[in-house]
Amino acid sequence: MLRVIGVDTLDDLVRVPDAVALRAPVEVTPRLSEIEIAERFGRFAERTTAGGYTSFLGAGAYRHYIPPVVGAIAMRGEFLTSYTPYQAEVSQGYLQAIYEWQTYIALLTGLDVANASVYDGATALAEGAIMAVNATGRKAILISQAVHPNYRAVLRTYAEGLELTVDELPYGADGRTDLRALDAALADQRYAAVVVQSPNFFGAIDALPAGVAERVKSTKTVVIGVVAEAMSLAALAAPATWGAEICAGEAQSFGNAIAYGGPHVGFIAATNEHLRRIPGRLVGRTVDVNGKTAYVLTLQAREQHIRREKATSNICTNQAHCALCATVYLAALGKTGLRGCAALNVARTNELKTKVAKLDGFSVRFGAPTFNEVAIRVPGRAADVLSALERKQILGGISLGRWYPELDDCILMTATELTSSADVDRLTTALSEFPVRAAARV
Amino acid sequence: MPLPAFDTPLIFETGQEGRANRYLPEGPALETLLPREALRDDLPLPDNSELDVVRHFTRLSQKTFGIDTAFYPLGSCTMKYNPRINDAMANLPALRDVHPFAPDHAAQGALAVMWELERALGSLFGMAAFSLNPAAGAHAELAALLIAKAYFKRKGEPQRNVVIVPDTAHGTNPASAAMVGFKVLSLKSDAHGRVDPEEMRKVAGPDTAVCMMTNPNTLGLFEPRIHEVSDIVHNAGGLMYYDGANANALMGNTRPGDMGFDLMHLNLHKTFTIPHGGGGAGAGPVGVAAHLVPFLPTPVVRAFDAGGNAVDASGWRDSTDLTFALEFDRPQAIGTMRSFWSNFAHMVRALAYTYANGADGLTTVSQLAVLNANYIRASIRDVVDVPYDEINRHEFVASAQSLKRETGVRALDIAKALLDRGYHAPTVYFPLIVPECMMIEPTETESKETLDQFIAALREIVATAKSDPEQILAAPVNTAVGRIDETRAARQPDLRWRPPA
Repeated sequence: MLRVIGVDTLDDLVRVPDAVALRAPVEVTPRLSEIEIAERFGRFAERTTAGGYTSFLGAGAYRHYIPPVVGAIAMRGEFLTSYTPYQAEVSQGYLQAIYEWQTYIALLTGLDVANASVYDGATALAEGAIMAVNATGRKAILISQAVHPNYRAVLRTYAEGLELTVDELPYGADGRTDLRALDAALADQRYAAVVVQSPNFFGAIDALPAGVAERVKSTKTVVIGVVAEAMSLAALAAPATWGAEICAGEAQSFGNAIAYGGPHVGFIAATNEHLRRIPGRLVGRTVDVNGKTAYVLTLQAREQHIRREKATSNICTNQAHCALCATVYLAALGKTGLRGCAALNVARTNELKTKVAKLDGFSVRFGAPTFNEVAIRVPGRAADVLSALERKQILGGISLGRWYPELDDCILMTATELTSSADVDRLTTALSEFPVRAAARV
Repeated sequence: MPLPAFDTPLIFETGQEGRANRYLPEGPALETLLPREALRDDLPLPDNSELDVVRHFTRLSQKTFGIDTAFYPLGSCTMKYNPRINDAMANLPALRDVHPFAPDHAAQGALAVMWELERALGSLFGMAAFSLNPAAGAHAELAALLIAKAYFKRKGEPQRNVVIVPDTAHGTNPASAAMVGFKVLSLKSDAHGRVDPEEMRKVAGPDTAVCMMTNPNTLGLFEPRIHEVSDIVHNAGGLMYYDGANANALMGNTRPGDMGFDLMHLNLHKTFTIPHGGGGAGAGPVGVAAHLVPFLPTPVVRAFDAGGNAVDASGWRDSTDLTFALEFDRPQAIGTMRSFWSNFAHMVRALAYTYANGADGLTTVSQLAVLNANYIRASIRDVVDVPYDEINRHEFVASAQSLKRETGVRALDIAKALLDRGYHAPTVYFPLIVPECMMIEPTETESKETLDQFIAALREIVATAKSDPEQILAAPVNTAVGRIDETRAARQPDLRWRPPA
């Protein structure tokens, strides 16, 4: 090979000027055999003890049952090791699967179109906000404080770059967004979008009440609906039906592992009016030279590799394989499975609520109906209760005080179809001992 | 290896009532659990038996070309073999199922993975620190430019709002610049496909924020005067950004940090053998020199020794006797880039790959990637144009300009003819400065036999183009579909199925 190239040594191919030559060996891992790699990662797994706890964690990453068929299909090498389907003739299968994903998301959200995915729910929100900014020419966003704090944080990160203003709407006594200040805020028509999440961060179903979306739109402001728990879409009124023109969401719940936070899969769905402002890949159905049905990446004039600095977004790599897992999951569960699963989530959460609220000193913090999460008020600081639960091998949820200082006596608890009655009983038994222990410490 | 031509109906066009799979126990009806007005009226999705689901997606997979199928020389995308051990490690239940809000004490192994990888990357690429937070390369570019913006704001130089990019740059570079409100200045490459330091001297000035480059550049050529370019930008007060898309060319040989870069990203899904999965998920750590560490996106993993003292290793070290914590409270940080901490499953894969190679192995990886690319160039330069016919790095650019003039066959046609012959096509029509270009990146994992077969196929296509151009212009004919009506796709967008009215 070297002779064909016309050099004598490998070093002749990789020589660099002295000014940039490596001066000292790099310090990376040792080189191990595959058996040794498995041993080493076995130790990383042993040091990751969270799996030994009964968990009520949610807050944007949800533990759901994933049928083995999802992994069996998704791990097929053709899916796993293909690139973005630029050469459509040899990518018809993946393109069709993404077309099916776009359809599932459109049907679930009730909107006209959905893209081929974005990084996650938080970046979906940021990209959705950019769509609204581009649609309106306005540079401010009004967002509910009941939207996931991490999503709001990412929106602020993006807003710094784009020099957008982000203002917040408070949450009300029942845990839903307090809309009383909305009309006043909209009066001077400076907001590109109003953003609400349903179910919101407290688990409360927070769809805009009838008539509100119309008032928002009458000021030429875009309604963005955020969905951090896609499973809720199987049960609750679709975002389009309560006025969302853009829906930004997270679909990890559909067949994707939690994996310490990623990769998950964000989606953006929108009305046709916003089609050409949607970021990222879109798959379209068309025909080939022989008139046969064919799928292809389309409307690429929106994208960075064509438009460069005038693109709707800089996104290139998306979450295609996670979207594929979601598509297989949705196909396997079907309408019946999804509705049943959603119902179990509500039922187990209602059971959790009922049993915990019976304990002395514990109560459900907000009155609004919930999907699979609930804010529980505890006697004392939430962080202390959670520590006590950890000593009993229970991850009881997250302390809302982390983001809402006024709620530092509240824990956000999640129950899904994988939460058993026995799990809830373990939790309530442990909690029932807490006030006694707290009193004993004093 | 022709792909099957059978049609596959949409999943929405199959299935029937009563074909639901029993994954879950029976539960109460939704209507008994929530107020009527909170519920949706209808869920218009199909119920398919698991067998039908398996057949549907198996057929779709058979109409999809992956690295596992055959040679995939897609330039700039580093389509190397993805070792299955990586996936097995990422699927260890303890690592796969750990929740991002699990307390640090219950996630020590996951944090150790992140810390070990971060330290290895820092040493391998000459950066003081990385944040594993961004989700992909373009996302990390955005993070890096936000870091630059925050840095100049803090320095009292908010007027710096120009990003200089060579005309060979990836499209994400200017698109990312636009997302932080920076103006883009495109710099013309010289006759040798390089950035000319004299040209840089003319444009670098008090408004320069960042110069974004990759080295080797997108023509696959090493920029030998990179240190001069860095000096010019630094002397003008600007920062140097390294686009890590081409990092597979230089491991163990030279480092962006040594070339004078202050900021960089890595596409872990390219260099570190993470399956591309049809376009994602990727992973894009963002790395910085010491003066920019405070601005990194959060969270950052911190290590502590047995005495509770913070450990600041210069490179990788064994994590067994250390403990770890996620650090969120970093006052100068640009914030966070995504819902949770990182694309963690990919961090597991990347670290497994690092362990499979070690320093010597990674050095060899880059050397062989360069060898394979040069071998193809030297083996086809007599039949296609090679506009920059010199020693290249991990990829190179060929052109069908002469062939087009002679026969009417374009780069696109060669790409389609390669599909017919069982190869994936190179990247075509990028970079933008070379007409009719084909960017070929074989990667290090291909054998000489595979390269020779590909070379023979390419030579045969060129010969056929000269003797019977119509045959090449009609390609592909062995694929699931023929050439696609893209105009119709764009003019009459059909982006979803709709239930029959």
